[in-house]
Amino acid sequence: MASPAITAEREHYLNTDYGIRSWLFTTDHKRIALLYLVTITLFFFIGGFFALLIRLELLTPAGDLVQADTYNKLFTMHGQVMVFFFLIPSIPAVLGNFLIPMMVGAKDLAFPRINLLSWYVLVVAGILMLHCIITGGADTGWTFYTPFSTAFSNTKVIEAGLAIFIAGFSSILTGLNFVVTIHRMRAPGLTWSRLPLFVWSMYATSIIQLLGTPVLAITLLLVVFERAFNLGIFDPTRGGDPLLFQHLFWFYSHPAVYIMILPSMGVVSEIIPCFSRKRVFGYSAVALSSIAIAVFGFLVWAHHMFVAGISLYSAMIFSILSYLVAVPSAIKVFNWTATMFKGSLRFNTPMLYAVGFIGLFTMGGLTGLFLAALGIDVHVTDTYFVIAHFHYIMVGGAVMGYLGGLHYWWPKISGRMYPEWLGKFAALTVFLGFNLTFFPQFILGYLGMPRRYWQYPPEFQVLNVFSTAGSTILAVGYVLPMIYFLWSMRYGKVADANPWGAAGLEWKTASPPPTSNFEETPVVTWEAYNYDEIPAPEEVPVAG
Amino acid sequence: MSEHISSSKLYVGIWATLMVLTVLTASVAFIDLGPFNTVVALVIATCKALLVVLFFMHVKYASEKLTKMVIISAVFWLLILLFLSLADYSTRAIGHA
Amino acid sequence: MEQQRNAASLGMWVFLGTEIMFFGGMFLAYLVYRYWYYNEFAAGSRSIDVVLGTVNTAVLICSSLTVALGVKAAQLGKRKTLVTLLLVTILFGLAFLGIKGKEWYDKFEEHHVPGTSFSAQDIIDKYPQIPIEPAPTQIYFSLYFAMTGLHALHMIIGIGIFCFLTYYAWKGRYTPEYHTPIEIGGLYWHFVDIVWIYLFPLLYLIDRKPLK
Repeated sequence: MASPAITAEREHYLNTDYGIRSWLFTTDHKRIALLYLVTITLFFFIGGFFALLIRLELLTPAGDLVQADTYNKLFTMHGQVMVFFFLIPSIPAVLGNFLIPMMVGAKDLAFPRINLLSWYVLVVAGILMLHCIITGGADTGWTFYTPFSTAFSNTKVIEAGLAIFIAGFSSILTGLNFVVTIHRMRAPGLTWSRLPLFVWSMYATSIIQLLGTPVLAITLLLVVFERAFNLGIFDPTRGGDPLLFQHLFWFYSHPAVYIMILPSMGVVSEIIPCFSRKRVFGYSAVALSSIAIAVFGFLVWAHHMFVAGISLYSAMIFSILSYLVAVPSAIKVFNWTATMFKGSLRFNTPMLYAVGFIGLFTMGGLTGLFLAALGIDVHVTDTYFVIAHFHYIMVGGAVMGYLGGLHYWWPKISGRMYPEWLGKFAALTVFLGFNLTFFPQFILGYLGMPRRYWQYPPEFQVLNVFSTAGSTILAVGYVLPMIYFLWSMRYGKVADANPWGAAGLEWKTASPPPTSNFEETPVVTWEAYNYDEIPAPEEVPVAG
Repeated sequence: MSEHISSSKLYVGIWATLMVLTVLTASVAFIDLGPFNTVVALVIATCKALLVVLFFMHVKYASEKLTKMVIISAVFWLLILLFLSLADYSTRAIGHA
Repeated sequence: MEQQRNAASLGMWVFLGTEIMFFGGMFLAYLVYRYWYYNEFAAGSRSIDVVLGTVNTAVLICSSLTVALGVKAAQLGKRKTLVTLLLVTILFGLAFLGIKGKEWYDKFEEHHVPGTSFSAQDIIDKYPQIPIEPAPTQIYFSLYFAMTGLHALHMIIGIGIFCFLTYYAWKGRYTPEYHTPIEIGGLYWHFVDIVWIYLFPLLYLIDRKPLK
């Protein structure tokens, strides 16, 4: 059943103005969010394409699809694109941009033009990255370790480094906007303890973006200078210390993983109470644990360097700190579970993603503790165990949270419902494909298969074949939402303001919202997640 | 930031203090204080920085606690970077020749 | 308007926080290598001109004064005073860059610029009391150029910003009710001054004790 196109009666942010200029020069945070959505989806497919090539090569033990040098470029570009041009911007720049002003009851972010600037900065960085990729790419791994990157690699290290350097500014500007908005633009009555947990998560994320990204920026700049001017800061033959690079790099890149996971945790904190029809268990604990993750996350970076040559004593310190940082994450998992306990559970697509997140993130997080133990890390570092660990968190966690959030807020963003049965099917496909891809990699790593190798001993082949098979299923699971989201914009069931019966200011305005978000500034007199007061929707919304 | 307007005399006074401290730090460098040369230099630098932050940047008169939180947090984070890294560098020699 | 001013000010302070971390990375590199190669750093520090460095520090402090007085002029609505002070600030900034340029030129002449033409031999010869190796001395100079270079870049951006501020001030855009750009521009300028306040002793004053 086709519904009429959105251009019916009411004016909202999508139909208020047409033409490419109205999009490219917009300062409306909702439109900027969609600009970001298009951009990062493009990069998701590029990074995914490299992943498929990697998995294709690893179908057979021999290095028979590409040459070794090419393989090095494949995993490098996969990592760089996925981390810096998809994961880091994803939820903050898409969902954060779209929702934060509405969630705090504001018309827009604190600095709308800086918001638009941050998108353009990412686009410029992205173009530079694309050019780098097309003209050969870098082969240093996304980690740019010296002195290989500075003195030995003969690939496009400078260009890749500069692209990521520029992308970092986009991240910083986004974080700056969010911090100022959350501090200064909350609606009357909206105290910190009434804020949605998504906002708390985004605040914590923004702190990390602001304090960590500059260090990555200077580090990459030093690598670029060293390479361009033959400096020697990281060259051991000239008195430099390669580990200095690693300290500086991981000082950002470890908190970066919390930039990637905290927003997803925020999404889950919104979805779970809605589809359990219950308040969040332990609101304060969840809110404060977001801040704790942001703070503690900065204290653990050298656990990426246990075997690199740091002193044993500092390794012990970082190992203990790494155990501590798991605690606030565990608190969240307990609280989400407790929220679901005796709740009136409905398993719509967003809930499937959220529950999947909890399971997969827990596995990823726990295997992080394996790695934090010095004795174990010596054996599994730089093996597929590490790769499985971080993909469980990044893909099983962050991406599932992102997809869950997209589905949950899609009615608000587009005014349409996505097809529910297809949504569920895609979610299950993603879950199945994901586990088939990455669980075997835990085993492979434990058995000793090193990472970043383009060929491997034949005894590892069976598990690699499972993994590659899983990746094709996963790819299908990712492509499906692209298709049905687009489909829904024209043919999806028209959504009303609050199809899920959810709590939160964003659901009190129309779907899609007017450009100024609210007809008049809301005054908040209720606590967050007041599901005891909000009636559940009569029926589970499904597209006709 | 408050709309407190400082007196020009205050600004000139701070300026003069900063100039004196500059001359002081440059001169003391030529005196042998052993390891304390570095300490003195950094203490003087921090005093100068504080004067600029508190008076020229109006933080002393800022009604916003948040401003001070931002500064303290940034400095604290920098210290995390410096000290935890030094935890590695200063202990590498233990157990080695 | 008040909320906008508040937001802009907070935004600038947060941005300055990120700048602390940006420069901070290089401070770590400096810290590590000074710890490892104290002698080379000491000798390298002696080879840069402490007089010019001190003068430059004074220049920046003067510029901070003119900035602070400029903000006050804006608060009081004194347009002509504001424009004058902004112009003087820019002049101080240009003076700083000029002196820095001269210092860099000297380094270039002395072959102390890192790269293929680097040579620490003259330093080794001049300070026989300080035993040093050439390679770590190059690290000192790499950091010298990186840190002063990044600082100079921030100065150039600051001068650019102040050119815009001067133009708009001259046009009469700033009033006692609205002078936020002057305030936050001033904050940025003071920050760049503070970075130099630390760079000066760390680069120029490592070891100036009289040698036996």
